[in-house]
Amino acid sequence: MILGWMASKSSTAERARAGAEPGVLAAICAAAWLVPGAGHLWLGRRQKGLVFLLALPAMFLIGLALDGRIFPFEFSEPLVGLAAVADLGIGLPWFFAHMLEAGAGVVTSATYEYGNTFLIVCGLLNFLVILDAFDIAMGRK
Amino acid sequence: MTDHFLLMALFAFFVSLVFAVLMRDDVREQVRLGSMMFGAFIAAALVLGWIMLPFPL
Repeated sequence: MILGWMASKSSTAERARAGAEPGVLAAICAAAWLVPGAGHLWLGRRQKGLVFLLALPAMFLIGLALDGRIFPFEFSEPLVGLAAVADLGIGLPWFFAHMLEAGAGVVTSATYEYGNTFLIVCGLLNFLVILDAFDIAMGRK
Repeated sequence: MTDHFLLMALFAFFVSLVFAVLMRDDVREQVRLGSMMFGAFIAAALVLGWIMLPFPL
């Protein structure tokens, strides 16, 4: 049992060492950004990866369903620009939404602000998920 | 769905879930932290809502 535990620990450490190479590290972060949870799945953290893969895109879809707006990159209005950066954090779903012309936002909708909150927060949470994947890949966790 | 409390609870659920999974490795600890966070979100919303009840004055 102890040997099995040590073997699983060493394989995790090996994955972390492999991830510490700059190219692989960048690929893990890019994958984690584009597909929420992909970085964790890549590094063998299946449970965490699956939760992120389901929860974050679900939040993004709920945000769109609640008439939220995907903000444009207008840095003349700093809060709009920052919200746009936060929205982009979710990765591929953001690009799909743009292609489908979703996320126009309905200001008069009662749920407009809720939608914005879901869209912004899911992007910001994915930034944290990317940082967590980075730490795992560096062998810090 | 325009029920503000339900939407707030849904938001609290997702944020608690992601934070709990991020911050803890053991499933039991994840459930414990997630439940505590969710409860704190709901309690804080109720308390703040109650405090804001008289506004606008």
